[in-house]
Amino acid sequence: MNRQQIQETVLDVLGQIAPEADPRSLDPKVSLRDQLDIDSMDFLNFLIALDKQLQVDIPERDYGRLMTLDACVDYLLARQTVNRTGG
Amino acid sequence: MAEFVMPKLGADMSAGTLTCWRKKVGDVVRRGDIIAEVETEKGNIDVEVFADGTIEEFLIAPGEKVPVGTVLALIRQHGQPPEPAPTIARPAAATSPETAETRPSRPKIVPGQRAAPKTLERLAISPAARRLARELGVDPATVTGTGHGGAITREDIEQAAASKTTASAQPPPEANAPPALRAARIRQTIAAAMSRSKREIPHYYLSTTIDMHRAIEWLSEENARRPVAERILYGAIVLKAVALALDEVPELNATWENGQVVLKKQIHVGVAIALRQGGLVAPALHDTDKLALGELMRRMRDLVNRTRAGSLRSSEMSDPTITVTSLGEQGVDAVYGVIYPPQVAMVGVGKIVERPWCAGGKVVPRRVVTVTLAADHRVSDGHRGGIFLAALDRLLQEPDKL
Repeated sequence: MNRQQIQETVLDVLGQIAPEADPRSLDPKVSLRDQLDIDSMDFLNFLIALDKQLQVDIPERDYGRLMTLDACVDYLLARQTVNRTGG
Repeated sequence: MAEFVMPKLGADMSAGTLTCWRKKVGDVVRRGDIIAEVETEKGNIDVEVFADGTIEEFLIAPGEKVPVGTVLALIRQHGQPPEPAPTIARPAAATSPETAETRPSRPKIVPGQRAAPKTLERLAISPAARRLARELGVDPATVTGTGHGGAITREDIEQAAASKTTASAQPPPEANAPPALRAARIRQTIAAAMSRSKREIPHYYLSTTIDMHRAIEWLSEENARRPVAERILYGAIVLKAVALALDEVPELNATWENGQVVLKKQIHVGVAIALRQGGLVAPALHDTDKLALGELMRRMRDLVNRTRAGSLRSSEMSDPTITVTSLGEQGVDAVYGVIYPPQVAMVGVGKIVERPWCAGGKVVPRRVVTVTLAADHRVSDGHRGGIFLAALDRLLQEPDKL
């Protein structure tokens, strides 16, 4: 999956978690939690959905690298490559 | 014959609208099956049945709004022959003259609840009082008359209007109400419950700071082994610890009903869940003390997701025996709760923060959390509340045993 596709997937998942918000209007460099008022349960649901759709298991120690939209997409892109070369 | 009645799904619910039946006449139902959907201020609730049997008759049609306690359906319990069912409109052949005179038709006895409200036709109320009731949005069927022969007076209506904002004062529920309207109704429900709480419950407040170092370390190790869908949030650990700590101070796991404390054998911790459109709901996580952490987490996630999607079960709405509220995610150090009546205690959990901490004669950085207890002084004293918080602290120091 390329960067664009990953970003679309992330935005879709965010849209399910915060239905009243418009994920497309997010500032990609500002904290997702602050912009979408998501709590730890929302965040966990977000990770579970990403895991399901992208087959990327995100360990807890990496949660801090998923704080903004840009960071999220960067991380998932890198992680996907690692997974592919690794497997 | 068992009666299925409009359940009371919250301290201040006085009426509900039957949205639809989920079963048909002749269907076999078992205790816990979802039989109907009811619209309340807090959304559509899946209502469970409390008897095993076969549905004999539906007495209320979808779309009707009826007071709490109204018989909605009759269920023939197994082993009983089919019998001609008495209906609401046709008062039951009284078992004794006494019951016929002193009770409204088809009385229903639920421990801890009032008998079914009087039907409008039977109310002793003057036209003036009735008009006032309409103006003030009070349902006369929910008012106890103090006038001659139990008649409802204008004063009774005024008092009812002043003392509680009941569901009847709110706009009539509609299925699929727009979010803004639903949010406004939830606001009113919270207003009514919290006003009652602060008016009636003499709260006392305690607070303690708990070292979370061990719990967090243990949780990180545990979660490193778990796939993302099975990971545990620290909130689940706190819920379990609260449930177990209640074992030492059982009087906090109770309700206050009709002037006395009713201790609860089962521990159903209410989880305060903020809704995206505003407001909150605190449904019960059933048998919190008996669930292994992984299972507790799964159920908590399911409960939060269903609460936010607006599909709770009736027992989850009416069952909490104590509530836990957590505002740490908003960066709040400590939260002092307002007890949700008829419960008698609320535990507040703040944010986990790193603070200088003295241990073994040294100052070290430690992650700590401030946990508070708001409790009903009619039921418990600060001394007992302190024992509860100490037990909670102790349990959180041994997370592997939770």
